[in-house]
Amino acid sequence: MVAMQEQLEARTDAGSGPLVVDVRDLSLTFKTSDGPVYALSHVDLQIAEGDFVSFIGPSGCGKTTMLRVIADLERPTDGQITVNGVSAEEARLNRSYGYVFQAAALYPWRNILRNVTLPLEIMGVPAAERRDRARRYLELVNLAGFEKKFPWQLSGGMQQRASIARALCFDPALLLMDEPFGALDEIVRDHLNEQLLQLWEKTGKTVVFVTHSIPEAVFLSSKIVVMSPRPGRVIDVIHNDLPRQRTLDIRESPAFLSVAHRVRQGLRAGHSYDD
Amino acid sequence: MSADARGDRWCRVALLLMAPALVLPLGGGEAISRWSDAAGALPFLLPLAGVCAWFSWRGMAIARQGAVLVLAVALGAWGAVDLLHEHGIAGRAASGFWLYVLALWVAAWRGIDGLARFRSLDGRAQRAVNLLVPAAFGLWLIFLWEMVTVGFGVPQVLLPAPSMVAERFAGSLNLLWADFRQTFLKAVISGYVLGCGSGFIVAVLVDRVPFLQRGLLPLGNLVSALPIVGVAPIMVMWFGFDWQSKAAVVVIMTFFPMLVNTVTGLAAAGALERDLMRSYGAGYWPTLAKLRLPAAMPFIFNALKINSTLALIGAIVAEFFGTPIVGMGFRISTEVGRMNVDMVWAEIALAALAGSAFYGLVALSERATTFWHPSFRAER
Amino acid sequence: MTTDAIGGDERFAAGSARVGRVIGQRAAPIAVVVLVVLVAWYVGAVAMNARLQIDAFERQEVAWDRGDLVRATLSQERPLLPAPHQILVEMKKTIIDQKITSKRSLVFHSWVTLSSTLLGFAIGTALGVVLAIGIVHVTTLEKSLMPWVISSQTIPILAIAPMVVVVLGAIGLKGLLPKAIISTYLCFFPVTIGMVKGLRAADSLQLDLMQTYSASRWQTLWMLRWPAALPFLFTSLKVAIAIALVGAIVGELPTGAQAGLGARLLAGSYYGQTIQIWSALLTAAALASLLVTAVGVIERLTLSRMGGRP
Repeated sequence: MVAMQEQLEARTDAGSGPLVVDVRDLSLTFKTSDGPVYALSHVDLQIAEGDFVSFIGPSGCGKTTMLRVIADLERPTDGQITVNGVSAEEARLNRSYGYVFQAAALYPWRNILRNVTLPLEIMGVPAAERRDRARRYLELVNLAGFEKKFPWQLSGGMQQRASIARALCFDPALLLMDEPFGALDEIVRDHLNEQLLQLWEKTGKTVVFVTHSIPEAVFLSSKIVVMSPRPGRVIDVIHNDLPRQRTLDIRESPAFLSVAHRVRQGLRAGHSYDD
Repeated sequence: MSADARGDRWCRVALLLMAPALVLPLGGGEAISRWSDAAGALPFLLPLAGVCAWFSWRGMAIARQGAVLVLAVALGAWGAVDLLHEHGIAGRAASGFWLYVLALWVAAWRGIDGLARFRSLDGRAQRAVNLLVPAAFGLWLIFLWEMVTVGFGVPQVLLPAPSMVAERFAGSLNLLWADFRQTFLKAVISGYVLGCGSGFIVAVLVDRVPFLQRGLLPLGNLVSALPIVGVAPIMVMWFGFDWQSKAAVVVIMTFFPMLVNTVTGLAAAGALERDLMRSYGAGYWPTLAKLRLPAAMPFIFNALKINSTLALIGAIVAEFFGTPIVGMGFRISTEVGRMNVDMVWAEIALAALAGSAFYGLVALSERATTFWHPSFRAER
Repeated sequence: MTTDAIGGDERFAAGSARVGRVIGQRAAPIAVVVLVVLVAWYVGAVAMNARLQIDAFERQEVAWDRGDLVRATLSQERPLLPAPHQILVEMKKTIIDQKITSKRSLVFHSWVTLSSTLLGFAIGTALGVVLAIGIVHVTTLEKSLMPWVISSQTIPILAIAPMVVVVLGAIGLKGLLPKAIISTYLCFFPVTIGMVKGLRAADSLQLDLMQTYSASRWQTLWMLRWPAALPFLFTSLKVAIAIALVGAIVGELPTGAQAGLGARLLAGSYYGQTIQIWSALLTAAALASLLVTAVGVIERLTLSRMGGRP
């Protein structure tokens, strides 16, 4: 009964739809020869369908680990997690999410088109459909015409866009992005942020996004999860009520600045930067 | 390392193989041997049967189970050797015996598999197990070799049993020592030192003249790929039959790998580090001593390691083209002619021991000198 | 967006300019070094052969001056060190002038050696790749087998070569296979080591990516590990083919000098035919560089098809 109550509250809390990711009292400890490292400690988190959720925090706060737990790339030592209502492993076996890494991780021996068709090949999609879909998504990320190029012939920003197309092409409802623009310069990053936002609008996917940039988090997200390190835990969840249609100019608006201020406050409260 | 309460499937297989082995004949031929004739071997076998029975019923943490299994298999394998040699079934081993060896095989694989999965945060324990696993595996291969050669009665000319080779080895220590001194201590060591030394010196000299370096490096690379052993007959002609000609072959074989590796290594220091040395106003020699030689060390040791095996090969092969009546290569070629294959294998064992010890020595000094290199940091 | 692509083309251009520069920078020094080696060779030939020649002159009681000596030392029948042109003449005689089926033709002997080299190379490469795949996928194999793969090479395996040939001959296996087995043993090692490294060369992000697609082991092997390992494979193949040739040559030594470059070496050393030894040696060297170059060409073709940078 109590559990159901909680469930209900979580739903109303998330607001926009059914839960895609549900994390309950989750902890993860790495054993190393220098003693245990507490990467995540008693994390509770609910992500609803259609949300754009950012994890923000200093390095070592477990935000990437949290994303990897959702993707079943790490196993929690304690607590529960469901993705799309099933365990994280089942969700991975169902291929229910697309993952974008810090680096594009394109395969250098495949051209851009064949990089994007890679997941489709693994999932056994027929060749003609593979090419059609890959073309469609390359167009979506403005890479039409670059199909025959090899990764090294593209700039970093273009490579990262190709990797986003790769994550989208098998049409997962959930998109997991681990500091996808962290290695890019700020001008390119702004541009890609805008494109990503449009993409989110167009596709209606649920996005979980890891970043350590406050403006990026505020600009993109509908919900911001502030985390703090040692042990990694959630210290604040901020709902971002800025209108969904955003342009880069919004970053100068008072509303934007006040959300950013709250995020900064949260980060400060959770962690002092003296070590 | 999860304890398995349901019992181990592999141990059950081993047990299933062992049961009929007790009933079926051990040795065929005119007089059939059975276990009842070989009661003396039973004490060696019972522990394995017991251990397998226990694990079939109730598992244990996999690494610990592996350790127990390996111990029991060692005892059981000794029993098999005892059966072959002491109970007269050599050359006429039959189904019961082979089933038993198969059961040993299953248990041994399971045991080694278990040990290989041992994970510990304690570095020393992990290292000890990491040594134990290949050692157990190697002993197992030698055991199988013994079983097959003796059990099937493989003609000695084709492949002698390890026990025979060991006996021959122990029986001809004097001869082996003489060969070792001639080939290894005289030819290999002197050739190795001269070849590596001159390769190193030429590399350092060439390093000062970039023009020469650009010409020598591709040629050195080319020569490294050539069948240099072929110069052996020429060297024998030039320097006579004794060890000097073999040393000369070794010098030529070891020179080029050292040259190429040292030249590459001297170029390995990063641009930033070099700029740092320049900012200190350091000249050529201080830069060489403080930065470039240390940075080249991994490459130099690479050459030293490659050369340690090349040197032995060169010396032995050169002896095929004529020697005084002593030396490892000489012994191998004459004993092959007389079909004394066990002596040949004893020489090969000696060569393997010498080669591994030589390589190990170089590798150890590498570890002591270039411990800072990333390849020596804790492996993932 | 288009500027990115232009960046790529510029890199193309820079690449071809670099190739040109490399040739310009390397050809001259290599030519100089080769010239120095040749001059040293002639000087060495005169110096080493002089003593015998002077003895010969004195025995025949011929008057001689320095010019005669030099000319004579460079045209001896069995010199200690034959001059390069003598070797080339011998090579022309035995390679071009002989029918290739003749036992005196070096082409015939090279073919004998080459065929066992290639057979051993093929088996050794296959074995090496299979072992590497096993080692990468099965922890127990890695822990138990890998140390032995490494220590197997500290054994001077060529020392067993004559025995392998003789023993296999005793059970009726003659000709190609025994020599090929030696080549196989020599070549599997660099391939195994290189491929183990190569199959692990895929970076962790790329491996994680495969896991997010819940790709099977075989899919990961075929789509990620194998292509990532190819550059390593080719590097090992170049070492392997060179060493396979050495194995085949040494394998020919104990067969009683019937056929093959190794047999020519042995026959030459029996009869003191230095020119024959040297020409066999140079042919072997040429064969080795030919084989390594061939692997190199295949490597370049394959890797450039896989989008490698020029």
